[in-house]
Amino acid sequence: MSVLTTNYLTPTGREEAWRFTPLKRLRGLHDGAAVQSDRESLITKGALPSGATFTRENLEPLSASDDVIIERVRGAVSSVAHLSIAANTELTEPIFLGRSAGGLDTAEFSRVRISLGTHAVATVIVENTTDTVLAEDLEIYLAPGSNLKFVTLQEFESKSVYTARHHAIVDKDATFKSITVTVGGDVVRILPTVAFKAPGASADLLGVYFATAGQFFEHRNHVDHAVPHAKSNVNYKGALAGKDAHTVWIGDVLIRAAAEGTDTYELNRNLLLSDGARADSVPNLEIETGEIIGAGHASTTGRFDDEQLFYLMSRGIAMADARRLVVRGFFNEIVTEIGNEEVQNRIMDRIDNELEKAARNG
Amino acid sequence: MSTLEIRNLQVSVNTDEGMVEILKGVDLTIESGQTHAIMGPNGSGKSTLAYSIAGHPKYTITGGTVTLDGADVLDMTVDERAKAGLFLAMQYPVEVPGVSVSNFLRTAATALRGEAPKLRTWVGEVKDAMEALNMDPAFATRNVNEGFSGGEKKRHEIMQLELLKPKMAILDETDSGLDVDALRIVSEGVNRAKAANNLGVILITHYTRILRYIKPDFVHVFANGRIVEQGGAELAEKLEASGYADYVSK
Repeated sequence: MSVLTTNYLTPTGREEAWRFTPLKRLRGLHDGAAVQSDRESLITKGALPSGATFTRENLEPLSASDDVIIERVRGAVSSVAHLSIAANTELTEPIFLGRSAGGLDTAEFSRVRISLGTHAVATVIVENTTDTVLAEDLEIYLAPGSNLKFVTLQEFESKSVYTARHHAIVDKDATFKSITVTVGGDVVRILPTVAFKAPGASADLLGVYFATAGQFFEHRNHVDHAVPHAKSNVNYKGALAGKDAHTVWIGDVLIRAAAEGTDTYELNRNLLLSDGARADSVPNLEIETGEIIGAGHASTTGRFDDEQLFYLMSRGIAMADARRLVVRGFFNEIVTEIGNEEVQNRIMDRIDNELEKAARNG
Repeated sequence: MSTLEIRNLQVSVNTDEGMVEILKGVDLTIESGQTHAIMGPNGSGKSTLAYSIAGHPKYTITGGTVTLDGADVLDMTVDERAKAGLFLAMQYPVEVPGVSVSNFLRTAATALRGEAPKLRTWVGEVKDAMEALNMDPAFATRNVNEGFSGGEKKRHEIMQLELLKPKMAILDETDSGLDVDALRIVSEGVNRAKAANNLGVILITHYTRILRYIKPDFVHVFANGRIVEQGGAELAEKLEASGYADYVSK
């Protein structure tokens, strides 16, 4: 069901979906001004385990998208990078994907598919690096009984623009967990979305982001409970430091009339570490049936807790170290879910460095 | 040998109704090895004294001095006070999510000792301190004060007292919320720290029962922001019998 319209709409910034995004900094991804490159940057890092294949194929999209940049990507690209995990394959080690090339003069339009066969179990870690302009349509399909942990690390360099939809379709009794980490880039806008296809499916959407001076990071979650007895949990945590650091978190959860027995909770916490930063946080819960187990949301935005800092400092810990401990602790809950110590340490060190940099710049 | 000297200490706190004076001139001298019990009714300013000495930002010092061996404590940042040898066991220790007890203790010990403790001896030190306070080894992996019971929080405070080895400790209602067994275990920890480091102690309490386990050399009665009576351990017995009514009405 591909949508190949040629008359793309160009967002003006007044649309609900675009009202926070600095369109002028998208390097022409949204209005067609970007020059398409022939880069196909997504690569596997290291040898693939048995049961996993990585190919390029022409594939029709699995889902409709109302995002105008995704529409442009689908119109421009038919070759899809496809990571496929065969049915009944249980991988104990993560599969790492990375970027082979970047570039700011032209824009890469990318389509990616990750598919798990029935009862397959895998962890996929995508390391998004380089200085690049990249628009990406990434679709994931979890066949019945499969289990995927999907980690994306936005560690782009400082001028990068990344706009993407990471959409998972979760079939019967399948378990999806995504961990979205955004710590690098000029503008990063990701739509981590989930649609449940059959009962017994569950999804955990976790995320952390740390924006420093001038950076714009937006995460728009959408969970579509269209079937009964599915479970979802959204937990995103962000910190901001520095002038004009700006983050946006939107948490849309739709519980349709058919989705009896739904259990969902979404949470967003933001830590403002300096003046001049702005965190927008908008949970939206739309419920069309009362026959559910639970549905809730919470959103908090706060500064350093003076009592925590006092407690740590009263034990001899200097202010800067106390702040670092509190920030690390804040992110720890989600970062440890990655389950790979090397990656976790790298992300925590990056956060330490950003925090120090922000402190130095006042 | 250390001396903590508090002279004419006056402290205010900012409230919705403006600055309110809590401490109205407190004088107290504590030497190494001494235990001073500060007793008084709720709202008399006992905790304000504790937090002001530790440097909590909520309190404004409006007059007087606090010195430790001649050094101006009030001029120090909160961490500098700890490095100078002061320790406050808090009545309500705060949760620090995501920071494990072991990470916290090692960070604190590193800060206070000026270098990271050697891993092998440090693990033993922590294990001994936890065993002495009857704490489950799994405690070290939990997040600081997160989900701790009242008793666990107090044990955790006294464990820090034993590990961090300050010169002077202020114990702010360490006895509150403890059952008899926990009170005995925690008191033994304080007594060990006194014996090991010739610790000076300011023991803030509302009740006399902790004084059965930790013997005070001096008892000070606190009311309305100042010390209104001083004596030896026998003064505590008098308070046990007659309460604070005499002092509050004065």
